Amino acid sequence: MDSDLIPKGVQRCSLGKFLLWISACGFVLAIGVYAMILCWLKGLNQTNMNDAYGFALWIWADLAIIALGGGAFFTGFLRYIIGIKELKNIINYAVLIGFICYSSALLILAIDIGQPLRGWFIFWHANVHSMLTEVAFCLTVYFAVLTIEYIPLVLENRKIDKIPFFHNLSHNMHEIMAVFAATGAFLSFFHQGSLGGVAGVLFGRPFGFREGILIWPWTFFLFTWSAAAVGPCFTILITKITEKVTRKKLVKDNVIELLAKISGWMLLTYIIAKLIDTYYWAFHTAPGMGLTLAQFYTSDPGSVYGYWILFLEVVIGGIVPALILVTKFGRTNKIALWIAITLACIGICTNRWVMVLQLLAMPVMTFQSWFTYFPSWQEIATTILPVAYGAILISISYRYLPIFPQERELNPIPGEEAEVETVEKEEKKELATGDLSPATETAT
Amino acid sequence: MEKGHNTTFKRYGMVIDLDKCTGCGACMVACMQENNVPFKKDETDKIRSITWIRVYKLNNGKPYPDTEICYLPRPCQHCSGMGDHGHSPCVSVCPATATDYGMDTGIVSQIYTRCFGCRYCMVACPYHVRHFNWWDPVWPEGMENYLSPNVSVRMRGVVEKCSFCYHRYQLARERAFVQGRKDIEEHEYQTACTQACPAKAITFGDLINPAHAVYELKNSPNAFQLLERLQTYPKVYYLSDRLWVRMAGDNYLEEEKREMAQAKIKR
Repeated sequence: MDSDLIPKGVQRCSLGKFLLWISACGFVLAIGVYAMILCWLKGLNQTNMNDAYGFALWIWADLAIIALGGGAFFTGFLRYIIGIKELKNIINYAVLIGFICYSSALLILAIDIGQPLRGWFIFWHANVHSMLTEVAFCLTVYFAVLTIEYIPLVLENRKIDKIPFFHNLSHNMHEIMAVFAATGAFLSFFHQGSLGGVAGVLFGRPFGFREGILIWPWTFFLFTWSAAAVGPCFTILITKITEKVTRKKLVKDNVIELLAKISGWMLLTYIIAKLIDTYYWAFHTAPGMGLTLAQFYTSDPGSVYGYWILFLEVVIGGIVPALILVTKFGRTNKIALWIAITLACIGICTNRWVMVLQLLAMPVMTFQSWFTYFPSWQEIATTILPVAYGAILISISYRYLPIFPQERELNPIPGEEAEVETVEKEEKKELATGDLSPATETAT
Repeated sequence: MEKGHNTTFKRYGMVIDLDKCTGCGACMVACMQENNVPFKKDETDKIRSITWIRVYKLNNGKPYPDTEICYLPRPCQHCSGMGDHGHSPCVSVCPATATDYGMDTGIVSQIYTRCFGCRYCMVACPYHVRHFNWWDPVWPEGMENYLSPNVSVRMRGVVEKCSFCYHRYQLARERAFVQGRKDIEEHEYQTACTQACPAKAITFGDLINPAHAVYELKNSPNAFQLLERLQTYPKVYYLSDRLWVRMAGDNYLEEEKREMAQAKIKR
């Protein structure tokens, strides 16, 4: 029924099966939307946040998905600025994942504010000294860049591409995509950093506070670094999951291994910087405030944050995946690669968790005790919402758009190759657009 | 801007004598009444209760008969930040400039109509003085008639906190202006909690004006600020001649605690 929309030369499941999957995701999405509407109509009393936990699950989700979505900017940087050509085979997917992550982050932020109708005040009454202002500006502009990067991909749908205007638009957008990729990379370096700065500048909160250079705390640089390191891991992880679900090889191993290698070295250098930062903070910054590392990681009543979480973040989620990814064996062995990319994602999510949740759990005044919090179902549902939304957008994009340029080559359909070539030649003739060539390398 | 006695440049602050405080809570009640602070039918969940000034109960951690209790009232600390440039933890982070540092008074204010409820200021404040309106205020029937007309009520979704009864400062200034005076006297601007305290534990005034009582009090050897090591530079000072109370005001390493105890013995 929808075969005209499906790219030529690839196989997709039946429409019925596809709709069943979309309905299942849609059900989860609907619960999230219901919870979101409850929050908007009834207010944030629908959450379990409180005056000690002004930030909670949502802000963690925001920080985590923006870090994981960092694959878009860093892969774009590598592809367009550094000029690594092999990455053209995964850049589309990196952009799509980034688009999902950033749109989700913006949606969660819109739910998270007490007065959603005043959300624009952050731009209108902007306090230039606030890291959150920088986050809001860069995030919004970068989301616009991601949208511009995603549009050419949509325009390459078989049906849309037949319309000369859209075909030419797609081609021309692709021609100038390097400019947007560079803009995106520039913006991302800043907003990933300013997200780190959100916690790092809190000089009233010893757990988060870091010294730094001029106005930028060390977390500013660590957040950018870690997002650049782990973002590509998440892109690989989602690619691998997609390959498992579709039971197809979609991206060649050399592309994955190259991205994994870059990610591994980024992760290794990041974790060295993180260890230095932790050491300096634990044995210089914190004692200056009258605190010791043992007070941050403790089994005191109310605290669930022992040294285990530091170990999980730095060793399990940092050193181990970094060491796996920098070795050729680790990158080429399927199981080792799976373990490494999963652990790296867990590591960065843990880092974002502690910088939001543990920071607020820890009492600063000596006569207070650890604060506890467990999210309400509305918070959980709205946090799962982006997962369902992401699954739907990936499914639709995968079905109808040429996301994976190597898919056809890796999954040839016997007897269809010649037919596909004939159809494509005819379509090119139909366009009759002079010297303009079709946008074969999918624009990002 | 002029500095010194009887000028327009003020640094309003508070000195609270913890050895006088009985923990009666009159300051909290007066504050809620004065500032139209909303409350819920069920206030058992204190972590969502709005208390512009909150009285904490501290103990010295020793078993009976050596147990000692101290009540510590905690209003907004109106931090000056390093260099008195208004770089207080909350003001510097607010993305919408909804919280402001008055360079003329040193008072940290909250602009309710500009706050969009991101709660970053609450996260930044180590004193937990900032409260979020999780609900719209609902007053018992008839109580609306008793609300103060000088303080705006706050709606759901915005942050609020102690303002050092700023409306009283404005009224005092207006009165002085009408009477042709350039400045206000110490007694003309006093916060509700200060006036309500039956033990006279709270003293309020201009910290940089030698004519005000707080000027001398804050220089007492027994004076301390909460979490002063964080360099927030609060304008609320506390007094106590008990070392354990003073030490409860900040975090100290074990060796620092020992040194402080030894210094007290020598003194």
